Amino acid sequence: MGSVRDDVADLTAFQSWIAETSAELDEHAGHLTELDRAIGDGDHGTNMARGFGRCAELAGEEQFPSIDAYLKKVGMTLVSTVGGASGPLYGTFFLRFAGPLAATDDAGVHALAQGLRAGVDGIVARGKAEVGDKTMYDTFAPALEAFDAAAVAGSPVAECLRACAEAADSGRDSTEPLVARKGRASYLGERSAGHLDPGASSAALLLRAAARTLA
Amino acid sequence: MKKLLNDPGRVVVESLAGLAAAHPDLLEVDLGQRVVRRRGGTRPGKVGVVSGGGSGHEPLHAGYVGVGMLDAACCGEVFTSPVPDQFVAAHHAADGGAGVVHVLKNYTGDLLNAEMAHDILRAQDVDALEVVVTDDDVAVLDSTFTAGRRGVGATVLVEKLVGAAAEEGRDLAACAALGREVNARSRSMGVALTSCTVPSAGVATFALADDEIELGIGIHGEPGRRRAPLQPAHDVAAALLAPVVEDLALRRGEAVVVLLNGMGGTPLIELYLMFHEVRSILHETRGVTVARSLVGNYITSLEMAGCSVTLLRADDEIVRLWDAPVATPGLRWGA
Repeated sequence: MGSVRDDVADLTAFQSWIAETSAELDEHAGHLTELDRAIGDGDHGTNMARGFGRCAELAGEEQFPSIDAYLKKVGMTLVSTVGGASGPLYGTFFLRFAGPLAATDDAGVHALAQGLRAGVDGIVARGKAEVGDKTMYDTFAPALEAFDAAAVAGSPVAECLRACAEAADSGRDSTEPLVARKGRASYLGERSAGHLDPGASSAALLLRAAARTLA
Repeated sequence: MKKLLNDPGRVVVESLAGLAAAHPDLLEVDLGQRVVRRRGGTRPGKVGVVSGGGSGHEPLHAGYVGVGMLDAACCGEVFTSPVPDQFVAAHHAADGGAGVVHVLKNYTGDLLNAEMAHDILRAQDVDALEVVVTDDDVAVLDSTFTAGRRGVGATVLVEKLVGAAAEEGRDLAACAALGREVNARSRSMGVALTSCTVPSAGVATFALADDEIELGIGIHGEPGRRRAPLQPAHDVAAALLAPVVEDLALRRGEAVVVLLNGMGGTPLIELYLMFHEVRSILHETRGVTVARSLVGNYITSLEMAGCSVTLLRADDEIVRLWDAPVATPGLRWGA
């Protein structure tokens, strides 16, 4: 899927990423909400589907001059439509992701690695989470590491993204036994263990969609 | 799910339309931004008082807009923080030229969205902005292993008292300092008899058996810290009060303001019965006087059955501000 020339992702590929994420969220909104009901307040799937649904409409509404202009709009739209903690966190991810892509129309391995790192750094700066806190960062941290390792090894974009998505899935699964230390789940103390973190789950879904669309 | 609604996605906006229609003498509603503001706006020269949060806690926050309490409030989806644009709009709606106090409940989502709003406001050269964060829930351990204590019942008290202080002309710094002091003097603990159903989810957030109660609940239908067998009201009152009194380190002879708050689905007959128990324990066992009290549904969790108890260590100044006139849909006296 997406549009790939010479191992780079262009604007159309990024728009496919958002459309794919939106479709996946629509399909799995019930599951995410169920996870959130267990250790949160039962609205994560609905909020994410609403926000990314709005983002998926952007491509048909206006012409974007560049990848970074598009990603910034996606970030602002998420901030304005998702609410809760997820809105600022996912919004910041895309706003920061746009930064390193400012000068490029075709994001290759290097640009994607930089964008991903900037996005994840943004999440950490806003949410102040650490690995093991049972948050979306438990998905993003190993995913970023896996992408970078594949990139350093000289792998093409598709392979970097596949490694990234696989590490994201493992990161998501790693949250199940954890006791939450951030967000609403932390109020449950020990009772938060034994459940997947909803934010870690939606993050894995986002990165899985990236692997299917950006290369 | 059995609720009076048309479309789960339009609950908040349709309810706000009703609030506007019911109280045109007190407030105005921007349905697009979902911002409620005092009718006619903030009096020039008065400090503005703003709050915002997820919906589903009515009358908090929109129902406290009017005279002597909030100048504006922004309303998120049910149990979901407002987005930054809404906090920005509420700030401007409440700005009478003397600065604005934002009263926020300590939840990750509320604080993250408000922080982004404050970044936007600072970029607009807005400097006269103070933040008061409530975190009075003793059920949550205040440690680096949690998001910190939740803001619950004390939020109502902070909004009332800061609103009164702003109304009598105190400046921005003094209003914010009072808000922080009221929060620091308040502690709460809640109990649920049932869960509640978020309209967009359609099913109850958690399940409680007919003979179980959940102690230490918040206000979002989230489970609490421990489950216990159903017990007489006297024992429930004692279980709620003990950690509150202990954490406040209340001494004999001190006085408190008591908020006996319903979670939305418990009738007043039970809330008054519970208040009787709370007052008896405070008087007879703890030697603490009830200076003022408020009994009813003031910070709710949709249709959850149960209640919370908030104690505020009182002094003459707090009682005086408490008695000051207030005219809002949710709280009205002396005006």
